Amino acid sequence: MYALIVFLPLVGSILAGLLSLNNQDRPAELVTVTGLLLSLLLSVIAFAEVAIGGTPVTVDIGRWIVSGDFAAQWALRFDTMTAVMLIVVTGVSSMVHIYSVGYMSHDNARARFMSYLSLFTFAMLMLVTADNLVQLFFGWEGVGVASYLLIGFWYKKESAHTAAMKAFVVNRVGDFGFALGILAVYVLFDSVQFDVIFAQSSLIATTNIEFLGQSLPALEVAGILLFIGAMGKSAQLGLHTWLPDAMEGPTPVSALIHAATMVTAGVFMVCRLSPMLEYAPFALDVITIVGAMTAIFAATVGLTQFDIKRVIAYSTCSQLGYMFFAAGVSAYPAAMFHLTTHAFFKALLFLGAGSVIHALSDEQDLRNMGGIWRKIPVTYAMMWIGSLALAGFPFFAGYYSKDMILEAAYAAHSGVGNFAFVMGCLAAFLTAFYSWRLLILAFHGKPRASADVMAHVHESPLVMTFPLLVLAIGAIFSGWLGYELFVGHHWQQFWGDSIFILPTNAALENAHHVPTWVKLLPIGLAASGVAIAVLCYAVFTGLSAKIAALFWPIHLFFFNKWYFDELYDAIFVKPAVRLGHFFWLRGDRDTIDGFGPDGVSALVYRISGACSRIQTGFVFHYAFAMLIGVVVLVSWYVLRFKG
Amino acid sequence: MIDNWPILSIITFMPLAGVLFLLIIRGDDDTVAHNSRNVALWVSAFTFLVSLVILIGFDSGAPGYQFEEQRVWLGDTGISYHMGVDGISMPFVLLSTFLTPLAILASWRSITNRVREYMIAFLFLETMMIGMFVSLDMLMFYLFFEAVLIPMFLIIGVWGGPRRVYAAFKFFLYTLLGSVLMLVCMLAMYIDAGTTNIPQLMSHEFARGMQTWLFIGFFASFAVKVPMWPVHTWLPDAHVEAPTAGSMILAGVLLKMGGYGFLRFSLPMFPFASEFFAPMIFVLSVVAVIYTSLVALAQSDMKKMIAYSSVAHMGFVTIGIFSMNEQGIAGAMFQMISHGLVSAALFFCVGVVYDRLHTREISAYGGVTAVMPRYAVFFMFMMLASVGLPGTSGFVGEMLVLVGAWQANTWLALFAATGLVLGATYMLWLYRRVMFGRVVSAEVQSMERMQMREYGIFLPLTILVLFFGVYPMALLDVMDVSIQFILDDLTASGVALLVAR
Repeated sequence: MYALIVFLPLVGSILAGLLSLNNQDRPAELVTVTGLLLSLLLSVIAFAEVAIGGTPVTVDIGRWIVSGDFAAQWALRFDTMTAVMLIVVTGVSSMVHIYSVGYMSHDNARARFMSYLSLFTFAMLMLVTADNLVQLFFGWEGVGVASYLLIGFWYKKESAHTAAMKAFVVNRVGDFGFALGILAVYVLFDSVQFDVIFAQSSLIATTNIEFLGQSLPALEVAGILLFIGAMGKSAQLGLHTWLPDAMEGPTPVSALIHAATMVTAGVFMVCRLSPMLEYAPFALDVITIVGAMTAIFAATVGLTQFDIKRVIAYSTCSQLGYMFFAAGVSAYPAAMFHLTTHAFFKALLFLGAGSVIHALSDEQDLRNMGGIWRKIPVTYAMMWIGSLALAGFPFFAGYYSKDMILEAAYAAHSGVGNFAFVMGCLAAFLTAFYSWRLLILAFHGKPRASADVMAHVHESPLVMTFPLLVLAIGAIFSGWLGYELFVGHHWQQFWGDSIFILPTNAALENAHHVPTWVKLLPIGLAASGVAIAVLCYAVFTGLSAKIAALFWPIHLFFFNKWYFDELYDAIFVKPAVRLGHFFWLRGDRDTIDGFGPDGVSALVYRISGACSRIQTGFVFHYAFAMLIGVVVLVSWYVLRFKG
Repeated sequence: MIDNWPILSIITFMPLAGVLFLLIIRGDDDTVAHNSRNVALWVSAFTFLVSLVILIGFDSGAPGYQFEEQRVWLGDTGISYHMGVDGISMPFVLLSTFLTPLAILASWRSITNRVREYMIAFLFLETMMIGMFVSLDMLMFYLFFEAVLIPMFLIIGVWGGPRRVYAAFKFFLYTLLGSVLMLVCMLAMYIDAGTTNIPQLMSHEFARGMQTWLFIGFFASFAVKVPMWPVHTWLPDAHVEAPTAGSMILAGVLLKMGGYGFLRFSLPMFPFASEFFAPMIFVLSVVAVIYTSLVALAQSDMKKMIAYSSVAHMGFVTIGIFSMNEQGIAGAMFQMISHGLVSAALFFCVGVVYDRLHTREISAYGGVTAVMPRYAVFFMFMMLASVGLPGTSGFVGEMLVLVGAWQANTWLALFAATGLVLGATYMLWLYRRVMFGRVVSAEVQSMERMQMREYGIFLPLTILVLFFGVYPMALLDVMDVSIQFILDDLTASGVALLVAR
């Protein structure tokens, strides 16, 4: 039965793919949505049995790659962490499937779209149920391809297929680290199986490994290499450049893949590997710092963007940073908690943004919005709920999970922990600011869209608003419901063996006993962020432009996303192409061919001058040379034995 | 009863018998062309069916050679007619018999002049390929190994593109150099061991100094075939000029002759030299992976780009073989079979659009997806297989090679793994430029949709690539014993295995 959770979406995807050959959109929608809803139902059962009931299960399917001691099996592992992810993935995915029926209704390749969505879901489920690193990699690459296909779904659009390729290639850079990490783990443990790795981590905590001519602490090397993979998939600072561009895909895709599920795969991996990473303190510090840097970096960029989806994308990037530094200070349950709540409210925000875009005839620029809140009240309310949850207002989902993370960072009482705490608090302030900037610009003020567009503004149909309502319930209650279970004093009982924390890394436990100001600070910062946003954009409408003009270098720096794209273009992309041309023309053509065959042939031409015979001569010469060889061989034999 | 049949000889010479059929076809040009195509297709398809006998009858648990045949040939000289297959050669035999009918089908419409001669060349080529893989006598191996190139010369030189003479000449120069050196080495080996029987040569201990020279001689020949950097420059030209089917076989089977040679000769016969030269081969392979990937980025000709990608992929093969551990060799073998399928399919992908637009310039295309959506699916799948997506055969080989490489040297693994990034870059870029975007021209807009014949070529390839990606054990189990044999042989010769896993 558990295997069905994973394979139903695959079946749906294949069927929808076949149906797309004949453009049978409605049946394709039906089959994929049904598959997902069934999968969701089974996931809920699995969650009850595995997580609440505390009975982890592994479903063996068969051998995959076995060579010598290297053995990667096909097997599905269901423990608490998987069960949580199952709910998140199938929950959000089924809502997105339903929403897409409405959102894509004007598209003429709906069957293909639904097929890709289900394919993605299958790959994501393979990822979260993996019982070894290689199968995790299978899911990892699978979601990457699905993401590539979906970002480039409107393949005729230049910007869409450019973004699709960028996403795949940047992710591949991360995968480069992931693959090496798998190799390191295999060499260390003689296995890629999670159970074996986790059981033996404590034994080899002090072992060194030969890496690039150095002798380095083994688990640190493996941990950091694997984390590079996580950085790619979860768009962490340095490998984040693909995520904002990925917004070229249809909005349901952004909600499912680039907010709720795929981008959290990196966080999931880090938490999954907690039994190993606990013995790699340096790797954890790296994770903390990268996470904290990403949280603040993305928030600063989010302040200045005008594309509604990009603002939310940077917000996602920033929130992923929170999850990473939570994991980095060993508060894995807090990271998983935020992952879960974030999935609901961020999917809600994206789908809400989609509804806005839909209402405004595909307008995405905040500068051309405004004054529509009365016309689309449901969407407006949903965006409020999502923003309140994101900013962490009391009793909304984000309040429980984000504050838990900040408290854990504070309670880690380490240098990197404090750094993460400060960055996290600053980012919390910025988050509230850009969220309300978005709300005000999108919904309030005078309408800035053309009269023609404004005339068409309409609330979305039920098939789109229903998923919003479901997600809104999650965005409101998931924090309150999950708090005790996920990160309460008895977290160990819930998570079982799926998360391991060394007794000395007690950030999570200590987080319950931080001073009151630490608990109140994030709320205060969020409130002031909202207040300032309201001042800048609603009360004194010209203020934001003045501030931007006053601090123009900083604004420009943020607005241009810290110039990462330009930098990478200059140091990687352009040199690679130039080097390719250089190797081809100077290396292959001039050097190798010049001195090799072409040089020799020129010589031959000059000596023999028998150009005319060349055309028929080769085969003959060749056969002749061969024949000579045989003759020599035979004559040698004759001389030797007869003579 | 079937046990007593000389099944390998039958498979080897069945295509040659088809050549006789082709020779006796009479009639006007159209009839000859039509009948030649059909005869060639049926003969090669039948050969494939017969070759399934060795797949079914093959006992993967048994050590040594199976379906062995040995007959007196040149008296008591130690030279005999000797055939047999083990886990290393059997997959290649199947690969050859599988790809040949597909290649013939691929040339159905694109070859219109001298069809009979073309088909003769292909069937002759098939016999030589199979013969090369099943030979257990060094002299036989040599004859087949060199004879394979004659029909390929003709296919490129007669039915090739405008610069076919240059390409064939280049091919000739490279190959000749290698062959001469290999022949000299074979002579020396015969003098030393008194036999050309391959199993006996494997157990013969050549003096260490001699091994070095022999290794170099064989290396010269095999490295050109692989091809390894810097003797790879014949390949892009040969591919560009060759007709589609020629490229399919060239990339699909002929490139594997080098890797097969390393596994059959260099490793088991010259273990010390192999160990000694491994670092050099690692360096050349890493250069191949990075250098040719970058060069592939710079190409504007689709075929040339895929040709360069082949060089990069074959770099993985040589890395795997010379990391001299189980995963490395298994990975290299797997990579060769997988590349055989995937690159053949990719060259066919180019062929499909070339048949319609008669150009290989990437810039002439754009937006093909909108015109040929089903073609886009196949091309996408093969493109992803080429970049090593897990779930396709491309992943298994690369992963195992990397596992093997890491155990040999972590720098090696690091550099080889850059292929993951670079490979994705040039393949995705190619796909994007050809398939995505708006339809660039009226010519592209009017490209006709895929035909049944073309589905008939894509489907089997797609199914196999997917099958080996999900259940690679079908192949790994077959190779296991033979790889173990090579490793035991290396250990027995006292080569300090880099990692004895």
